[in-house]
Amino acid sequence: MNSEQGRPPRRLRSAHSSLAAHGEPLVWLTGGALALAIAMISGLLAFIAVRGAATFWPVPLVELELADGRRVLGEVTGRERVAAVDGREAFGRTLLKTATFEVTGNHYEWFDDPGVARIVQPEWATAVERLEGGRFHGLPLRLVHGDKTVAEGAELAWREFERIQPAVRRRVREALRIDRHDRGVLQRQLRAARLGVVQADLRSGRDSVAYEAAVREEQAVTARVHERSALLDAETAQLREENAGWGFEFEAAGGEKRVLPLEQIVRAWQPNRLSTMGKLGVYLGRWWEFLTDDPREANSAGGVFPAIWGTVAMTLIMALLVAPFGMLAALYLREYASRGPVTTAVRIAINNLAGVPSIVYGAFGLGFFCYVFGAGIDEVFFRSALVADNQPTFGTGGLLWASLTLALLTLPVVIVATEEALSAVPNSMREGSYACGAGKWQTIRRIVLPRALPGIMTGLILAMARGAGEVAPLMLVGVKKLALDLPIDGTFPFVHPEREFMHLAYLIYDVGFQSPNSQAAQPMVFTITFLLVAIIALLNVAAIWLRSRLKRRYVMQQF
Amino acid sequence: MQVFTDSSPAGSQGSRAPAGDPPADRLLAVAAGREVAAEVHDRVLAETPVLEIDRFNLWYGGKQALHAITMPVPHNKVTALVGPSGCGKSTLLRSVNRLNDLVQNVRITGDMRLSGDSIYDPRMDVIELRKRMGMVFQKPNPFPMSIYENVVYALRIDGENSRAVLDEVCELSLRGAALWDEVKDRLHDSALGLSGGQQQRLCIARAIAAEPEVLLLDEPCSALDPIATGKVEDLIQELRGRYSVLIVTHNMQQASRTSDYTAFMYLGRLIEYGPTTEIFTKPILRETEAYVTGRFG
Ligand SMILES: Nc1ncnc2c1ncn2[C@@H]1O[C@H](COP(=O)(O)OP(=O)(O)OP(=O)(O)O)[C@@H](O)[C@H]1O
Ligand SMILES: [Mg+2]
Repeated sequence: MNSEQGRPPRRLRSAHSSLAAHGEPLVWLTGGALALAIAMISGLLAFIAVRGAATFWPVPLVELELADGRRVLGEVTGRERVAAVDGREAFGRTLLKTATFEVTGNHYEWFDDPGVARIVQPEWATAVERLEGGRFHGLPLRLVHGDKTVAEGAELAWREFERIQPAVRRRVREALRIDRHDRGVLQRQLRAARLGVVQADLRSGRDSVAYEAAVREEQAVTARVHERSALLDAETAQLREENAGWGFEFEAAGGEKRVLPLEQIVRAWQPNRLSTMGKLGVYLGRWWEFLTDDPREANSAGGVFPAIWGTVAMTLIMALLVAPFGMLAALYLREYASRGPVTTAVRIAINNLAGVPSIVYGAFGLGFFCYVFGAGIDEVFFRSALVADNQPTFGTGGLLWASLTLALLTLPVVIVATEEALSAVPNSMREGSYACGAGKWQTIRRIVLPRALPGIMTGLILAMARGAGEVAPLMLVGVKKLALDLPIDGTFPFVHPEREFMHLAYLIYDVGFQSPNSQAAQPMVFTITFLLVAIIALLNVAAIWLRSRLKRRYVMQQF
Repeated sequence: MQVFTDSSPAGSQGSRAPAGDPPADRLLAVAAGREVAAEVHDRVLAETPVLEIDRFNLWYGGKQALHAITMPVPHNKVTALVGPSGCGKSTLLRSVNRLNDLVQNVRITGDMRLSGDSIYDPRMDVIELRKRMGMVFQKPNPFPMSIYENVVYALRIDGENSRAVLDEVCELSLRGAALWDEVKDRLHDSALGLSGGQQQRLCIARAIAAEPEVLLLDEPCSALDPIATGKVEDLIQELRGRYSVLIVTHNMQQASRTSDYTAFMYLGRLIEYGPTTEIFTKPILRETEAYVTGRFG
């Protein structure tokens, strides 16, 4: 490099002179921000996963002998230190899940270390999960049938119990199924026939042929239902009969003896005797019940199957509704609408919609979908139900309305993402298509949409994640604390989108904050949260897999 | 010979022309915004035109990009458009199949005729019009679908679904674009997996699949390496005599090798238009000579 006379050659400054030029601080800043975000998110997820997954693991049962001679048996669920206060020394204390409410009068209790004389793990200590009344902790004494003792002593009684229990449990479940589902079906048949009469009355008057036919039909159905009902009665009576009399006598920690009816026992295990494999068996068994069973005891025990069903069904229906709707809207905005202040205003409005509190959507869904739309449907198609028992069908919250409300809620996300994806389609592709003589719609359908699909999927994934975790609007438009009738079942017309349903996110709120026994429900809250996150993750993984396949097909680039 | 010269003298010396060269008077006049008529050789006018461009003006917003272009494009001949960057070659090409309709704020006057049909007639169906032409762009733009579907795209959108017809057209077009041997075993793979040169030949196959009356090529080789360029040039040679080709190129050798006629444009105006041999050996205007020999532009 040459220099003009009298001026020294221009030198590059030392590489170290400018930190900003190298961007070192920026690397640290951006990296740090990312690390912080990851740490917070993974910390939260790990917390949920650990707490949620641990709930069902059998924990040893310990017996505390207190200084005052009292004895208690339970699971250690927490420890803390109490600070020294005026003269008193600091000490530790233990939170014990004592269960056995009828004996201890408590589900949980704190025990100060100084007051504990002795700690042992009785080999035969048994945890019993019951249909009602919560957990029972005790030592097995004997198995009885009526007045007769079938097996005496912990070992024999336990062995006999393990032999008999599955059959008892099966009968209990069968009776429960009959009560809950079969009888429900009969009730619905009866109602349908009754409504048929009202319908015929409304439509053609009392002295018409149709009315007579409906009345005859109702009588026939009633007769049939009574007959079937009697059969079911006999069946359940038989099942209960077979189970009756069986009992398992336990000795609670205080020495008090209790006979637990076998039909009340869901499951029993002896954590202090179990091998790791045995514990795993109990663990998986409890998970299985959790995933496949109906809830009991105000949702704080049993399973959450209806809620899983409701969550997945609602999310999928929502996705099915929002995807085409959002795509069409975005297509119009990006491909057809002429650019101008109006389009810009619409775009800004859509972005703002994403910031409207979700409860507002819930209120809108209730006011519009349920009370206007649903009520209109009821007026036209389900008038008889309105007249006969003043009961709305579509005019109240339900799966369909909830899905629609959430579709509306997630619409901005999908529109924005779709617009983004559409504008990312290279113009050269569009022009190539037009140059081949394709029309606008042909170009959009054959070139633009396939190419934009992966981007649209991204929007859908975000929408699904947001929709599946939403609680507030759902409370208004159809989610219930308990709704065991699934929206798809064997009664005509098989799909019942008007039915109320359960939802995991609402269950978290309900179990966590509305439960009378919140301490006992707390582990359940973690497990439900864990499950919800897992389900959303699963849905997302499926969508991402689909997206990557689409990407390979439509967006591969040549370098 | 039509000669409409602008008699007013322009600046004395073309500043960019090397010393000792004749001044590029006409180009300076154009740059000064004066009307300058084109030199069109008689032999061009003697040909039967497939496309007649008739006093065509085009504005992008307030900026005029084409000035009164009048230019017949001969039937079944290769016509090259040359000129410095930004002179409006692509604009002219895109006006022929009315792709400029898609650009906002474009205004035109004048007309073009394809085999006698007015292209800018309001009653003209643009889609039907575009079906009569094929276009290849500067950058390969294969569609996100299989090779096969890319080639038969024009037929598909025209409603042709007969497997036999499509298969035949696909093979013929790919052979025509000298791509058949390379892709015949993977016709149903994604077209996006082809190399850049293969993609460009695929685009040519796609453009000739519907047997267009005019083939518009906008710098088809600018993204290709010399070997692929050679293949595309060979291809143009093959198309010669069967298709009417209008090709934009920056490569003078390519223009002289592949075309029958050459048009030189400058700042949105047609300057000289004649048989390629004459344009490259003894053009009427010194300005043209300066450009094609690389001394200007
Ligand atoms: N969409 C547009 N809006 C406004 N001006 C445009 C547009 N497209 C092209 N122009 C202008 O029109 C003129 C001609 O452009 P054109 O692309 O036709 O040039 P070209 O001869 O093809 O150049 P190159 O050889 O670089 O491709 C240029 O001045 C360009 O800036
Ligand atoms: Mg160009």
